[in-house]
Amino acid sequence: MCDHCGCSEPEHHQHEHVHPHEHEEPGKTLEVRRPVLEMNARLAERNRGYFKGRGLYAINLLSSPGSGKTSLIERTLMDRGANLKMAVVVGDLQTENDANRIRRRGAPAVQITTGEACHLDAHMVAHALEKLELDGIRLLFIENVGNLVCPASFDLGENTRVVLHSVTEGEDKPLKYPVIFHDAELVVINKIDLAAAVGFDRDTALANIRRVAPSARILELSAKTGEGTREWYEFLEKAAQRS
Amino acid sequence: MHELSLMENTLAIVFEEARRHGSDRVTGLRMRVGSMSGVVPEALEFAFEALTEGTPAAGAKLYIERIPLACYCSACGNEFEPPPHSFECPVCKTPSMDIRKGRELEIISIEVP
Repeated sequence: MCDHCGCSEPEHHQHEHVHPHEHEEPGKTLEVRRPVLEMNARLAERNRGYFKGRGLYAINLLSSPGSGKTSLIERTLMDRGANLKMAVVVGDLQTENDANRIRRRGAPAVQITTGEACHLDAHMVAHALEKLELDGIRLLFIENVGNLVCPASFDLGENTRVVLHSVTEGEDKPLKYPVIFHDAELVVINKIDLAAAVGFDRDTALANIRRVAPSARILELSAKTGEGTREWYEFLEKAAQRS
Repeated sequence: MHELSLMENTLAIVFEEARRHGSDRVTGLRMRVGSMSGVVPEALEFAFEALTEGTPAAGAKLYIERIPLACYCSACGNEFEPPPHSFECPVCKTPSMDIRKGRELEIISIEVP
């Protein structure tokens, strides 16, 4: 059969001739069945293997912009940096600001500036890891681009996902962005020192998180004052032991 | 708007498949998008139109099959489509973490002349 038009003549690929039949056939459907993110999935698996091989526990830290991801990492380094060896990969559209903040606290950090991309992907993380001094490091924070939508779709090879939600964002973010909350092992409510000032309705917020992330653990803390961070550190210490 | 970069990935696969089958043009693309894939179908459509312009897929049709969310209840064995903002089993009220359908983001088939 001719590959071009599906007629029964084996050798008539010279299409200059006049055909006895119409050439307006509907065309062929080719089965593909491939995930759009197959390449990312492969690279994420590689990252996962890399983390495992190095005994690293990787946390994909997700939130809206300004929820306090970098502040929480800074606070963590300040309080626990001496006993828990941590490194940070941080993603932003522009600037090295966050990586600089983290380096000032004594941890190795690599900034990924994504330019226009609103999320990190496994490929970007793989390259960032090449630039990171990881000897002796047990815990790797991957601070994603501040965004509650796009990062949800991209596996980075991380061991777990932590979503940060600050009291200044109100109570209904989990309902508006259920995908990212659903996949979280831990939801951290940050800036609790501001809860009263902004009229944060704690019960509603907790109920909303539980609706979309029924099995997630919830911690409430303030990266600024340090209130409530003890349980966060316990979570991290256990995580480091799992690596 | 990660749909733009997702569509770039999509088209790379589409053209690879078309070439593999000896075709230098693509007239249609069929995708499956789950309601919990984190992807907005309309944004994919927009990206498709923008990115195929001037390529061998210019003017091609995009068909998106939307897959609703389906959860499995480990407590009572019920498979259900949860109401918005909830993963609760309508029968026994146990919240489900077992998503069986709705995360798809796949290229099903392409059409070539």
